Amino acid sequence: MNGPQDLGGMMGFGPVKPEPHEPIFHAAWEKRALAITLGAAALGEWNLDMGRHARESLPPAIYYNASYYEIWTRALAHMLAERHMVSAEELQLGHAIHPPVATKKPKATVAQVAQALASGTPYVRPAKAPALFAVGDHVITKVMHPQTHTRLPRYARGKKGVIETVHGVFVYPDTNAHGLGEDPHWCYTVRFQGTELWGEDADPTVEVCVDCWEPYLRSINA
Amino acid sequence: MSHDPHPHSHDHDHDHSHDHDHHHHHHDHDHDHGSDLSQAAIRVRALETILTEKGYVDQAALDLIVETYETKIGPRNGAQVVARAWVDADYRARLLQNGTAAIAELSFSGRQGEHIKVVENQDGLHHVVVCTLCSCYPWPVLGLPPVWYKSAPYRSRVVIEPRAVLADFGLVLPEDTKIRVWDSTAELRYLVLPQRPAGTEGWSEDRLAQLVTRDSMIGTGLALTPAQLAEEQTP
Repeated sequence: MNGPQDLGGMMGFGPVKPEPHEPIFHAAWEKRALAITLGAAALGEWNLDMGRHARESLPPAIYYNASYYEIWTRALAHMLAERHMVSAEELQLGHAIHPPVATKKPKATVAQVAQALASGTPYVRPAKAPALFAVGDHVITKVMHPQTHTRLPRYARGKKGVIETVHGVFVYPDTNAHGLGEDPHWCYTVRFQGTELWGEDADPTVEVCVDCWEPYLRSINA
Repeated sequence: MSHDPHPHSHDHDHDHSHDHDHHHHHHDHDHDHGSDLSQAAIRVRALETILTEKGYVDQAALDLIVETYETKIGPRNGAQVVARAWVDADYRARLLQNGTAAIAELSFSGRQGEHIKVVENQDGLHHVVVCTLCSCYPWPVLGLPPVWYKSAPYRSRVVIEPRAVLADFGLVLPEDTKIRVWDSTAELRYLVLPQRPAGTEGWSEDRLAQLVTRDSMIGTGLALTPAQLAEEQTP
């Protein structure tokens, strides 16, 4: 979706402000925001792509005014409400008033969290068909504006590039974010010239690499 | 927080004693803002309380998550990887070939680092990493991302005017140096292998690792020179 998350190439946000000796967290609540976001995800009620879609579905005025941990927790509250796990009434009150609903997995124990953090969640899946493209192939990205989740940024749609790397077959976020299955596809890094993305006045020394699933790409003759 | 006896019929009234009662239900996690808790902090506290009361999360498990990213996982991990690559050509080759596997040789792996690709700076070619769509970042080697990395200014600008963004970090590259920006739009996570600074011949891995800053592994900086390191270490 063309939501507030799709920032590449937007203007007006001002300079980047690096913070010397930045702390890992800026407030105690940020620690708990991280912890509950990961802890609640371990219940298996949503996947990574659903989580991202919940964040980008926040209204732009809210998204742009929120810190990143606030974006996370607002999205978390939405996902919990959608699944009747935490109601708006409970959130307002600050306490549980309804019994818990059944979840796909029980709450994660210390040992399970340690294991999950250490091993992660691989997104590679077995290939069912050979890759359509090889390194060096010339491709063009699709022009599309789905209302649903996609990981092809607007600035890289309808642009010509070259396959830089063939990474393997990965879970496809465009379906996985909506409960439509993992539908794994080949994933590639595509290298674009800055001038292709941003026009002839762009810095000619710049290239941008974007990771693209096969359905985002079409073959072109170089 | 577990002894709250609300009957369901309560919510339409204005029971002040009940409100006050709530203020004393503090979890001891939030001392930071005193009485001026932000809306975000209030929301997080409410969510954590409810999730705990309903048995959806385990407090000790939540504490472990925080402790892990506060004390165990951070950019010193990545610095060790870079220093190893600087002294060991075979390791460097493995790292560039399969980042995830080579990084796991140093026992770094896990969440948000399932598929790591290492890109090497060279004379005339500089890499810089972003996630324009969210905040993707190689956690096992760099820890949690800094605020600027997740912010709209960085995410919006670094793909269209990377030189100007690098200048915000005080990094000015030669005009003919190519800049390659890596937008982490899939599950690949990128780590920049910075160039080894001159004047470090014969240095140990541990000493070299001190030159490797977080920003040099994102691409918004270079590794420190020996002189810069000496300056940083001067009290």
